[in-house]
Amino acid sequence: MAPAPTGAPAPTGAPAPTGAPAPTGAPAPADPPAPADVAVPPAPGEEAAPPGPPTFRDRLGKARSLFGGVVTSLRARGGVDAATWEQLEEALIRADVGVGATERVLARLRERVAAREVAGGEQLVQALRQDLVALLSGMPAPGANGGRRPPAPADRSLRFAGASGRPDVWLFVGVNGVGKTTTIGKVARQQVALGRSVLLAAADTFRAAAGDQLATWAERTGAEIVRGTEGGDPSAVVFDAVQRAAARGNDLVLADTAGRLHTKVNLVEELRKIRRVADRDPGHVSEVLLVLDATTGQNGLAQARTFTEAVDVTGVVLTKLDGTAKGGVVIGIQQHVGVPVKLVGLGEGPDDLVPFDPEAFVDALLAG
Amino acid sequence: MCPGSLSFHMFDALSERLERVAGRLRSRGRLSEADLDEALREIRSALLEADVELGVVRRFVDSVRQRCAGEALSRSLTPAQQVIRSVHEELTRVLGGETLKLTYAPRPPTVVVLAGLQGSGKTTAAAKLAAWWKHQGRNPLLVGADLQRPAAVEQLRILGRQAGVRVYSEPTDPVAVASAGLEEARRLGRDLCIVDTAGRLAIDEELMDEVRRIAAVTQPHYTFLVVDAMTGQDAVATATAFHQALDLDGVILTKLDGDARGGAALSVKEVVGRPIVFASTGERLGDFDLFHPDRMADRILGMGDVLTLIEQAERAMDRDAVEKSATRLMEGRFTLEDFLEQLQQVKKLGSLGGVLKLLPGVSRELRQAAGQVDDRELDRVAAIIRSMTPAERHDPSILDGSRRVRVARGSGRTTQEVNALLKQFREMQKMMKGGAGGMTAPAGLGRLGGLLGGRGGPPAAGLQELLSGAADGGRSPGAPRQLLQGVKTGADELAGSGLRPGAKGGARNKKKKGGRVTPPKAR
Repeated sequence: MAPAPTGAPAPTGAPAPTGAPAPTGAPAPADPPAPADVAVPPAPGEEAAPPGPPTFRDRLGKARSLFGGVVTSLRARGGVDAATWEQLEEALIRADVGVGATERVLARLRERVAAREVAGGEQLVQALRQDLVALLSGMPAPGANGGRRPPAPADRSLRFAGASGRPDVWLFVGVNGVGKTTTIGKVARQQVALGRSVLLAAADTFRAAAGDQLATWAERTGAEIVRGTEGGDPSAVVFDAVQRAAARGNDLVLADTAGRLHTKVNLVEELRKIRRVADRDPGHVSEVLLVLDATTGQNGLAQARTFTEAVDVTGVVLTKLDGTAKGGVVIGIQQHVGVPVKLVGLGEGPDDLVPFDPEAFVDALLAG
Repeated sequence: MCPGSLSFHMFDALSERLERVAGRLRSRGRLSEADLDEALREIRSALLEADVELGVVRRFVDSVRQRCAGEALSRSLTPAQQVIRSVHEELTRVLGGETLKLTYAPRPPTVVVLAGLQGSGKTTAAAKLAAWWKHQGRNPLLVGADLQRPAAVEQLRILGRQAGVRVYSEPTDPVAVASAGLEEARRLGRDLCIVDTAGRLAIDEELMDEVRRIAAVTQPHYTFLVVDAMTGQDAVATATAFHQALDLDGVILTKLDGDARGGAALSVKEVVGRPIVFASTGERLGDFDLFHPDRMADRILGMGDVLTLIEQAERAMDRDAVEKSATRLMEGRFTLEDFLEQLQQVKKLGSLGGVLKLLPGVSRELRQAAGQVDDRELDRVAAIIRSMTPAERHDPSILDGSRRVRVARGSGRTTQEVNALLKQFREMQKMMKGGAGGMTAPAGLGRLGGLLGGRGGPPAAGLQELLSGAADGGRSPGAPRQLLQGVKTGADELAGSGLRPGAKGGARNKKKKGGRVTPPKAR
C-alpha cells in the first residue's frame, strides 16, 4: 500500500467524481479502487444513498434556514446604531459563541466602524462574517493587531499515513452522550467507500451494550470489529485491534472509547494510556477526534482544553448540528485551544457526516 | 444565606469582580440605580458564562433589580455581596419554587415517560429512576421504547438487571412497545411503568408526533424532560418545544458530576415553569437524587468550579515537595535548592489562576498576592539558581567571583543580580537560624522576591507576600503549604456538604473500573 501524503487538505465540499460521499481523508493512495466500485450495502431498511455528495451547506440548509435572522435585519438597516450592536450581540450569544468572544469580536468591529473601514448594512454583515470565518480558520481576525498567536491555518484533513504494516489509528474521545459511536459508524462508512480496510475497536468497555452498538455499525458498514470483555481494560482492546490490523493488513483502526467527563481525573488518565497503547508499534495514532455535541454551551471549551492537554486532540467532530443549536463554542475552541473542526454530524444515519465548511457554518450561525 | 456557610466563600470570585466594578457603592447610603446597573452587568456576564439563556438572563436581572433598588446598605455585607445575596435568593427562588410532590396513581401503574434530545441521558435516567423507586419499596417495570439507537434496548436490559428491575420491549415500533409495555405492567401488577424513549430533535416533526402518540397511548402521570447540564443557549428552544408537545411535568438534570455551570437549569425552569425534580450526578445507578435548588444556585454563580478546581489544585501541587521544603524552612535548614522548589510550586499556584479565588481556606490576601505574581520574575530567580551546581546551591559560600560570573552568564542575568540574590539569601538564613522555628524567616524570604523586579511595585510585593506567608502574619510557612491546606479544607468541606453524593473524604469520586453500575445501597 503506497503511503499517502499526510496533512493534505481535504477538498471542502468539492464533489467526488461519482455518487460516493465526499472524501474526508487525504487523497487516497495510488491505484485505489474507485469509490463507486466499492459496494457499500445500505443499512437494513435504508434507501440507497441519494446521488451527489452531501455538502455542509446542502444538508444544513435542509435542517434550518441559512438566511433570515440578524443578517436580514442588518442588511435592511442602513446605519449602525446601538440597536445594531445589541442585535449582533444577541445573535452571537444565542449561538453559544460566549460572552468573552462576543465582546472581542464586536469590539473589533466597532473599531473598524469607527475608523470608517466598515459602514452599516451589507458591509457590516460581510465584515462580521469575515471575522468569524477567520477565527474559525485559525487566523487572527482582520484588523486585529497582530494577535498573540502566530497564524496557523486550520488543517481540516483527516490524516492518514497509510504506511505498510503500520495501521493508522483514529481515536474518538469525548464526554458522555455526544455521539462518538454513531460518528465512528459514519466515518467507517466513508472510509470503506474510499477503499480502505477498516477495523473498529470497541474500547468502550464500560457502558452497557456499547460493544453491541458498535457491532451494529460494523455490520452496516462492512468494517470488522474487535471487542473486549465488558468491564475489561480498554487499552487491551486497542492493543488487540492494532495487532490484528497489522497482522491482517487493515489500513485503519477506528477506536471507540467510553464517554467520560473531562473532570474525572482517573478517567482522563485512562485515556492517556489508551492513546499510548494505540500509538505503539505497529499502530500509529494519526487522529484524535474530540466529539462535541453542538448543544453544548461554554463547557465545550473546558472539554476541549482538558482532552487536548491529555491526549493531544487533532480535530473536533461537531455533532447534532441538524438541531436548533448553533455550536458557536467551536470558535473559542479554535482560538484558545487551536483545534479545528474537521467534521460535522447532521443526523443519526450513516451518511450524515460532512466536512466542516466555515463559511456555511457562519452563515447558519448568523441566520434565524 | 448565612455568611458562615460554605456557599458564602464561593461568592468571593463574583464579589471580587463586583467590588472592582462597583467600588463606588460604598460611598452612598443606598444602592443607587446607576451603581446597581453596573453590578448587574457583571451578574449578567456571569450568568451568560454559565449558559443561562439570554432572554432568561434579561428577565432575571430585571427582577433582581427590582428586588435591590432602593435597598438600604447592609451592615455586615459589602454592597457587592449584598447584590449577590439578592441574586442568590432570586436564583434559588426561581429554581425551587414549588417542588413536585410525587403522588401515585390511584389505579396502578403510575406511568412515567422520559423524553429529550439524543445523548441527554434518558436510558441511564430511566434505570436510575427504577432503582430509586425500587429502593423505596416500589415495584417498577421498565419499558424500552427506543428502537432507533442500536442496542438501546440491550443497554436498558443490562441496567435493569443491575437494578433488579424487569425490562419489557419488543421489536415493533415505539408506540406499540409503549402500549404493550403498559399492558405488561398491569398484567404483572407493577405500581410503576417507566418508559424510555428515543432521543429526538424538537424540530423533527415526525418524531415529535411519535412521542405525542406514545403519550397518548400511555396517558402518563409524569412526563419528564431529560436535560444535559452542559446544554447551552439551545436549552430554551428545546424545552419549549417539548413542553408544547407533551405538557411536561418536570425535568431531570443529568451529568451534574461535570463542571458545567448548569445555567440550562435556570433557563428550562423559568421557561417551562415545571420543577426540576431529579439530579443525576454520575454514571452509577446510585448517582441519582432529588434536585436541590440552593446548591444549583451556588453552582450557576460559580461554585461548581470549585469541585474540579480542587482536583486540579491537588494535581498541580506536589504535596511531598512542599511538605519537605516547609519542614526544612521550619528547621532552619533552608537551602537555595529548597527555595527553587518553593518557586516552582508558586509558579504552579499562578497557573491555577482562578482556582485560588474560589478555594475556601485561602485568605483574600494570599489570593491577591498570587494574582500579582509575575511568572517572569519567578523564572529569573529560578534561572540563577539553576545555573549553580548542586554544591553551590547547598553551600552558597563557595561562590567566589568567577563562579558568580559563570552563574550570571549561564542564566542570562548580571553579576549584580546574582550578588543581590546571594546577599539576601544569606541574611534570610541568618534570620532563620535566629528566629524561632523559622517564624520570622518568611519576611526575609519574601524580600528575595523583590530582587529582580527593577520595576518595583506590586509584582515584587506579590511574590514577597506569597513566599513569606506574610499575609497571615507569617504564621504559616509560606504560601504553597497554605494552599495545600486550603485545598484539603475545601475538599473536606465539600465532601461534608454532601454536594457530591457518595464522595467521602475527598473530592475525587473514583469510578470503579472493572466493576459495572451497581444498585444503590440501602439507606
